[in-house]
Amino acid sequence: MWKYFLRRIALSLLILLGVSALIYLLSMLMPADYIDNQTYAALQSGAMTKEDVQRLKELYGLADKSFKGIVKSYLSWLKSTMSGDLGFSFLYGKPVTKVLSEYIWISFLIAFISYILQIIIGIPMGIKASVNQYSAYDYIVSVFAMMGTALPSFFLSALLMNVFAIKLGILPLQGLTTATKLFPPDAHFQILLDKAWHLVLPISVLTLLGVGGTMKFTRTNMLEVLNSDYIRTARAKGLSEHEVTYKHAFRNTMIPLVTSLSGMLPGLFGGAMITETVFAIPGIGYMALRATQQGDIPFIMGYNMFLSILTVLGMLISDIMYMVVDPRVKLS
Amino acid sequence: MGLIDIFKRKKIEGVDDTMYLTLREERRISKENNKIIRKFEREKNRKNVPEEEYLTQMRDPSNVVEFEDLHTYFFTDVGTVKSVNGVSFDIPQGKIVGVVGESGCGKSVTSLSLMQLVQAPQGQIVKGSIRYQDSNGKCYEITKMPKDKMLKIRGKDIAMIFQEPMTSLNPVFKIGEQMDEVVLLHVEGSTPESAKARSIEMLKLVGIAMPEKVYNSYPHELSGGMRQRVMIAMALSCDPRLIIADEPTTALDVTIQAQILELLRDVKNRINGSIMLITHDLGVIAEMADYVVVMYAGRIIEKGTVREIFHDPKHPYTIGLMRSKPTGETRDNRLYSIKGQVPNPINMPDHCYFYNRCDKAMNVCSRDYPDMVDFSSTHCAACHLYYGEGLQEQNKGKE
Amino acid sequence: MAMEKQNDLNNNYTDNNGSADSVLEQNFRVISPGRMVAKRFFKSKLSIAGLIMIILVFLFSFVGPLIVDATWGYKETQVFKIERNSDMVSKAEFYGPDGKLYTYYDKSQTLVVFKAPPSKDHWLGTDTSGFDIFTRLMYGGRISLVISFIVIFLETFIGIVLGGLSGYFGKWVDQLIMRIVDIFACLPGLPVLLVLSATINSIEGIPAEHRIYYLMAFLTLMGWTGVARIVRGQILMLREQEYMMAAETTGISALHRIFRHLVPNAMPQLIVNATLGLGGVILYESTLSYLGLGVPFPRAAWGSMIALADPSKGQEILANYPNMWVPAGILIVVTVLGFSFIGDGLRDAFDPRMKR
Repeated sequence: MWKYFLRRIALSLLILLGVSALIYLLSMLMPADYIDNQTYAALQSGAMTKEDVQRLKELYGLADKSFKGIVKSYLSWLKSTMSGDLGFSFLYGKPVTKVLSEYIWISFLIAFISYILQIIIGIPMGIKASVNQYSAYDYIVSVFAMMGTALPSFFLSALLMNVFAIKLGILPLQGLTTATKLFPPDAHFQILLDKAWHLVLPISVLTLLGVGGTMKFTRTNMLEVLNSDYIRTARAKGLSEHEVTYKHAFRNTMIPLVTSLSGMLPGLFGGAMITETVFAIPGIGYMALRATQQGDIPFIMGYNMFLSILTVLGMLISDIMYMVVDPRVKLS
Repeated sequence: MGLIDIFKRKKIEGVDDTMYLTLREERRISKENNKIIRKFEREKNRKNVPEEEYLTQMRDPSNVVEFEDLHTYFFTDVGTVKSVNGVSFDIPQGKIVGVVGESGCGKSVTSLSLMQLVQAPQGQIVKGSIRYQDSNGKCYEITKMPKDKMLKIRGKDIAMIFQEPMTSLNPVFKIGEQMDEVVLLHVEGSTPESAKARSIEMLKLVGIAMPEKVYNSYPHELSGGMRQRVMIAMALSCDPRLIIADEPTTALDVTIQAQILELLRDVKNRINGSIMLITHDLGVIAEMADYVVVMYAGRIIEKGTVREIFHDPKHPYTIGLMRSKPTGETRDNRLYSIKGQVPNPINMPDHCYFYNRCDKAMNVCSRDYPDMVDFSSTHCAACHLYYGEGLQEQNKGKE
Repeated sequence: MAMEKQNDLNNNYTDNNGSADSVLEQNFRVISPGRMVAKRFFKSKLSIAGLIMIILVFLFSFVGPLIVDATWGYKETQVFKIERNSDMVSKAEFYGPDGKLYTYYDKSQTLVVFKAPPSKDHWLGTDTSGFDIFTRLMYGGRISLVISFIVIFLETFIGIVLGGLSGYFGKWVDQLIMRIVDIFACLPGLPVLLVLSATINSIEGIPAEHRIYYLMAFLTLMGWTGVARIVRGQILMLREQEYMMAAETTGISALHRIFRHLVPNAMPQLIVNATLGLGGVILYESTLSYLGLGVPFPRAAWGSMIALADPSKGQEILANYPNMWVPAGILIVVTVLGFSFIGDGLRDAFDPRMKR
């Protein structure tokens, strides 16, 4: 088993290496003028010299765009990345790792709450729909689920903003804090409440978008399990439908469910670009989108690498969870 | 099937229409099915059914189960499949009743009807009765029994062993958990400890050498034979009055088969229960059964004691079955096989279903479905050869 | 049980040409396999709803512009200047010297030419640039649908070729292609698409009309891995099948074997995948358009129409002009939902295991 894991990890590292090369190449495609744009002001005010700019370009390997130059700069970037240094963000004027570690938490908080809500709402709904296949409930829930996956996040956000923030005026439109309200610095609870107040809409958006997928996944797997021989055996034992469903069938459905849900965990740190931007929540997604629009190459690279690592990590976790949950896998 | 092939309509030579249903027919079938299914489901889902409605009297108190004129139909998209079409037989206390027939002849559906486990909503018991007598002499009409009452009979009084031991155990629970569950459910006043003791006792009973180890194993850690033993142990754990064994040995190695059969007979004697043994293997029947029921296309064509069926088969189909069994005596001949196939279960004809495969077919056979003819108090067969017009025709032919 | 039985019979009777013992067998008819699929598809109300939704969106996007052009003569980027007076009421509150609260109203009128409200001539009014919204919705749909179909076609094509090579040759070819697939599957979709689009937008040598082609290429690049995995999986599964072994013993060549059986076997799955993918591409495209990195202005796109309501640019449109952004959003939802319904219906129809 350990051998298997070591192989998996080695493979993941290989994939990450490929991903980093690809992302690096993509960033190289971005015109280098962006550095000039970004440093223009600093250059004018004398905070930076021409040599600084050139050095920056060299530092990110943007000066030399020949193949050899790219390879060389990629290697040096890789080397510094290995040591945990993702470079320096132009836009935010801080090391990329610092920006990441500062802003992922609010993103994680939003994503995590909506993840929990998705589980709490989606799984019971999926089970109920599968037990009553083809009933009105099943249809309604299925349509609702697909609606969630079909809605663009920016449209749903706009709709909710229009209704709840503007028409009804019961929820704030944007931001994380109320700008017009001044809190005494020791009113931690009130500040927290104010922040929570601002997060209601973004969390609702993410939950509405994601709950359908969880529900549908549960339903599909549940249906498959409900048609199997051991469910017939369970019925033949005299177990009630409730026990058959929630004990025998659901325990089997748990396997794919836990596997996929646990694989989603690392991704929660990745931030929701569009939703955060629409609601102007200063999370990592919002920062990344701004950085992309402004051409902050070091940050873009760092962020994309970060996302890829999260993806790979998610795959590893779901592999491990699969072994934990499914008794059949342990031996092989 | 290829994508293009999918949309081709295949013609059959000699038939003027294609073999496929027209859209209108399809729609008519779905409409009728929905109506019928809804009716039966409504009947089934009634709440608080008074007990009188499903209490009944046995015809013969020495029977555990009596099937009478049972009809179980499947309302499918291509028409109604009469899987069980008027089946009547008894399962006496302490006896083994073998049900034989080709695959798809309705043997399994008969047993599932008894358990109320027919795949709903398409599958419905349409007509007839299944009477069950419990140990206190109380008789229940299974077809009218509400679902919640049925739960008390399933697994406790009537236990079932399925054909596929590989897939019939839940892969994520340990054997122990799955066995204890039955005891905890049906034996009053049982505790987890007593259930475990009972389960281990049962595992010992079915000849498992290391019951504790098996108790703590997952199904995938056991071989097929072991799993079938576990299934049997599980079925036994509440001292059932009737065990339904649906092809219990088909999926197993030949060497294991004999052991499992031996075990079944052994445990039957020990708990003084009955067994309904469903199989297509005549050898198994000869070995095990007291009574034999031969089914063909959803109907019983012959039934009798095992002696009568094996030594004096009456129906041409039974005779064919006996001849198609390898005996080792007839070296020179090739194994006999019954020509043709089982007819389609949809739109069954009015005449004998075996007519087109029968080598003794007569004119009368293509007109009416034959009645049951009694040969002794236990032996009867449904064939025109033995009564009325058919008998005359037969005699004429001889002269 | 019953299903099993019929399958048997299907097989038996297809090749039956009326031999002596087929009297019984001719008195029934079964549903043709194709119709079985169609029947299962149409049995679900959702599939029918999806089909209707997609047909309507297609008619709206492709026939609609022709009708509009014929009746009103409106074009995609025709600017309408409709003059109207906009009343602006500003309110201010202040405390007078007497300590009472006074409210000051100022009503001013301005002449506005854009952002016309819905009227008989412009059913959904005009937008901030004076374009007719109803007409733009049609053109937006057209570009979305065209992009999604082309992207899905390319994805499927590349996926079949690479997945096929991978599964057919195995060994190092398989290893190489599958690692590439892994890498592409690991790329964060939206951020990378943003980077690519931003790059293209900033290169001055590329004319605006050509950006759509690049956009399609990028969307393809991010999406082909799914198809490659499906095709490779199918081939590997086929190799394990008994009937492939049987075909091998009869001496049919490997290539013939694989492709003869692969195409029909993988087709349902690919069709389902493609149908569900169409919605995904539309979502991606409108997200990019929303961010101004997709279909370039002044071409119409549903995403960019919703972008007018972006609260960062002021709440005016979000609050007061739902006619500008709500219809576009509804159209996206209807289209994506329609494709999902059809895709789900097809999957259930092709794979009856789930529908017992």
